[in-house]
Amino acid sequence: MDWEVVIGLEVHAQLNTATKIFCGCPTAFGAEPNSHTCPVCLAMPGALPVLNGAAVDKAIALSLAIGAELNRHSVFARKNYFYPDLPKGYQISQYELPVVGKGQLTVQMADGSEKVIGVTRAHLEEDAGKSLHEAFVGQTGIDLNRAGTPLLEIVSEPDMRSSAEAVAYLKKLHALVRYLEICDGNMQEGSFRCDANVSLRRPGDPFGTRAEIKNLNSFRFLEKAIEYEILRQKDILESGGSIVQETRLYDANRDETRSMRSKEEANDYRYFPDPDLLPLVLDEARIEKVRQSLPELPDAKRERFMQAYQLSAYDAGVLTAGRDLADYYESVADGVEGKLAANWVMGDLLGALNKAGVEIQDCPVSAEKLRLLVQRIEDKTISGKIAKEIFEEIFHQGGEIDAIIDSRGLRQITDASAIAAMVDEIIAANPQQVAGFRAGKDKLLGFFVGQVMKASQGKANPDQVNALLLERLQKPE
Amino acid sequence: MAFDQDAVRRTAHLARLALPQEEVPAVASQLEKIMSLVEELSAIPTEGILPMAHPLDLEQPLRPDQVSNHDERQRLMASAPATKHGLFLVPKVIE
Amino acid sequence: MDLHEFSLRQLREGLQKRDFSAQELTQTLLKRIHTLNPELNAFVTVTEAAALESAARADDRLAKGESGTLLGLPIAHKDIFCTADVPTTCGSKMLKNFVAPYSATVVERLDAEGMVMLGKLNMDEFAMGSSNETSYFGPVRNPWNTEMVPGGSSGGSAAAVAAGLVPVATGTDTGGSIRQPAALCGITGIKPTYGRVSRYGMIAFASSLDQGGAMARSAEDCALLLNAMVAHDPRDSTSHPAAASDFLRGLDRPLQRLRVGVPEEFFGEGLDPEVAAAVQAGIDQLAKQGASIQSIRLPNNPHAVSTYYVLAPAEASSNLSRFDGVRYTHRSSAVENLDDLYRQSRYEGFGAEVRRRILVGTYVLSAGYYDAYYLKAQQVRSLIREDFRRAFAEVDVIVGPTTPGPAFALGAKNADPISMYLADIYTIAVNLAGIPALSLPCGFTQSGLPIGMQLMGDYFADDLLLNVAHRYQQETDWHLARPNLKAGEA
Repeated sequence: MDWEVVIGLEVHAQLNTATKIFCGCPTAFGAEPNSHTCPVCLAMPGALPVLNGAAVDKAIALSLAIGAELNRHSVFARKNYFYPDLPKGYQISQYELPVVGKGQLTVQMADGSEKVIGVTRAHLEEDAGKSLHEAFVGQTGIDLNRAGTPLLEIVSEPDMRSSAEAVAYLKKLHALVRYLEICDGNMQEGSFRCDANVSLRRPGDPFGTRAEIKNLNSFRFLEKAIEYEILRQKDILESGGSIVQETRLYDANRDETRSMRSKEEANDYRYFPDPDLLPLVLDEARIEKVRQSLPELPDAKRERFMQAYQLSAYDAGVLTAGRDLADYYESVADGVEGKLAANWVMGDLLGALNKAGVEIQDCPVSAEKLRLLVQRIEDKTISGKIAKEIFEEIFHQGGEIDAIIDSRGLRQITDASAIAAMVDEIIAANPQQVAGFRAGKDKLLGFFVGQVMKASQGKANPDQVNALLLERLQKPE
Repeated sequence: MAFDQDAVRRTAHLARLALPQEEVPAVASQLEKIMSLVEELSAIPTEGILPMAHPLDLEQPLRPDQVSNHDERQRLMASAPATKHGLFLVPKVIE
Repeated sequence: MDLHEFSLRQLREGLQKRDFSAQELTQTLLKRIHTLNPELNAFVTVTEAAALESAARADDRLAKGESGTLLGLPIAHKDIFCTADVPTTCGSKMLKNFVAPYSATVVERLDAEGMVMLGKLNMDEFAMGSSNETSYFGPVRNPWNTEMVPGGSSGGSAAAVAAGLVPVATGTDTGGSIRQPAALCGITGIKPTYGRVSRYGMIAFASSLDQGGAMARSAEDCALLLNAMVAHDPRDSTSHPAAASDFLRGLDRPLQRLRVGVPEEFFGEGLDPEVAAAVQAGIDQLAKQGASIQSIRLPNNPHAVSTYYVLAPAEASSNLSRFDGVRYTHRSSAVENLDDLYRQSRYEGFGAEVRRRILVGTYVLSAGYYDAYYLKAQQVRSLIREDFRRAFAEVDVIVGPTTPGPAFALGAKNADPISMYLADIYTIAVNLAGIPALSLPCGFTQSGLPIGMQLMGDYFADDLLLNVAHRYQQETDWHLARPNLKAGEA
């Protein structure tokens, strides 16, 4: 039986402004509880909100980057409900008239295909504080440092049809907000949160009832939660039941979603325009200023890398997935062959970083250093193999490349007569293998190359060794 | 229009106001009177009239993204009914 | 004349000429407050020590030759304005022990002028009321007849000024709460154009209607105070960039060629005949002083009260959600869980009228009703504003009664909330539109109760209103009458 899954994602991106959205309190993470508060974000009597221009600019930046309708006129609304981490008893958000309207994001799938995912809208709102349930017996502690931090809520169209598409969209959006430098994208710390709406239907039917999954703070959890939901909903529907529209939490330990303790009635938020705030009107000058300050966006950068560095779509995609990596790569590739630089960055560098659990921002090998290493391969000073050894060393211990090459005599041997001497020695020392090779066992070439490399402590130029061995071996005695 | 007791209770719950059972009839009756007063609005023709949210035709001013508040936790929490380790305390919230 | 009878201008002259010191003045008034407040209950908090210190500092500045307009002059604030380190109760048990860690912009501005704050004035709880009977701290009594209400919600401010406890006071007006008590207490009170007085630190009732203003015994004194109160405030998003002005300039402009409009709708049924007569006499006086009088229509005014009783409770229901027992308010002790904390604290902390309005407001915003009530009311609000726009194309000032009747007896309107709401019939439309309006005394009833006349102007015509009132007060003496309160009276 054919079921089609329909997925929509709601992302709350914490904007990385210096101050909160409606007051001048700092947004910096990790301060003493309630030390980043003031009468406004504590909801003291008579306190009033004033909008942070930088938060508006960041919303404009996202809008431009996804080609969205930018509403020149938008309105803040109050979403009323009671919860201790919501000091005013309402959240200032946007309801009927959000600042950003319809847009889209194009995602590249693993098989090379592309899919356009629609964005329904994005709006500005304030974050709530934090509730600490475990700290005290029978009581909950409330820290309002986070209350008032600006959020951009980005709602996608229900366009995704697989967990892979959902993950691709989320990764693209994540990379985008980091490219734009509007959000640090730290999912563990909660600055980039994702809720997934998942439903099933028979292809061609209208949308089924959806469940909302919350608490998804990694790409992996998103994928697993969706997969679990598909199975859960399929089971229910195929046994004749119906899906309850509800909110569910993903439990990473058990790899399942669970219904949240039921709220007796759907919350009636009584939205109405906030009378303490006036309509947000965007003028063309402001929008243009943001447009001028936009960095090169991921898709454009990928295209450019493909052209400028002769890279495949896949390689360019990997290298432009994050802005830091893209900048690093460009620095390495400045003056060396693009593909070679790509191999080193994608292979050796990323491999070493992953193994050490280090981010590109904290890479112990500077781009300039890696470039120099690649240059030494290109100018044949060292062989690729030796370069790998040097790389290992400078990654873990530091050091200067030329100094290492010289002090350890790692220079590649390129002198033809020196290589010839080594080749002749090895051939002379291994008559059985020579006979075997001449009898047709071509794979024995590898043995000879290995022997020569060993004899030269890896310094002989492999291409020359190869060529000379072939020449000598193929020549009958 | 009738302001029935269920409506009163639901509204009181939304507003987080306790409502002792013995008060419900009186409150319902008072609210009904007020809603009757307000009912007359429905007869006024307002086709095409834009709702008026603010008296003045102004736009939201924007503030620069600069820190202007300092740590005043002591002072700001001085009137708090219950605190510990710098946190406001409430009865345990069950998620 | 005693010091407590001096106008603000006379007090200023006296201080400048060193006829008396700020400390002497302060002491005189504090003594009067001690004597008369127990019965009038106009003050919730009297800041005696701080006032004397403040007066001493003012005297130093005066001695050094400083000549600020308001330097050393006494002021008292409606207890809706936050005052750092001094309790701000808003007339409610919910904030009985609340001491704000900061001061409202209005308070800061008047402090900076060197005014001497004598204390905080009683008011209807959270500004909801027209008689000052809903205060947790007990009702305020009208100095003209202590069995009568002073009006509300700025009843304490009006009574204090009328009784000579303080020459000027701040008030706030959401549906008439400065003008109505001013009328019932025989003083002058002005609600400026919306957006001219900062709402930062002024506890919100209905944000799009609330406005702070001045109450005094003359238009000139109001102008003196209002000058220092109006300014753009970056901490209030609804503060107008061009708020500031000098209301003294032009105060004396003659009334020739002033076009006065009298709304037909204001002189119909429900208006007390004595009030009608006194207001008519006031209009005749303006004509005598050169104004031309014409009839105008405000056809949507009959809908103002209904519109208001959708919008104001709606905004209030949301504004008052922050009073929840968690961070700085009354907290119930009968609490087993979070829900109890909210429901019990709010039930105990808020009085019946406040709870009623929160329920109405919550209801009209709730799912399914928003369009029928809230949106509809906003549309009618547009119509009401249109009425004024049309009127002010023909006239400069609209004149009518402030209230349908004089002060009424304490307890008289408590049985039925609606009868109290209908007392706002002449004042409410002004707040819905956001235009400025002023009430000034224009006569007395046979039983000696004050009657007020209301002037309404177009946006930013606050100076014109003060001008007209001032010129009227130069030719009449209603505003000079004083209630018969002996300082020795208990």
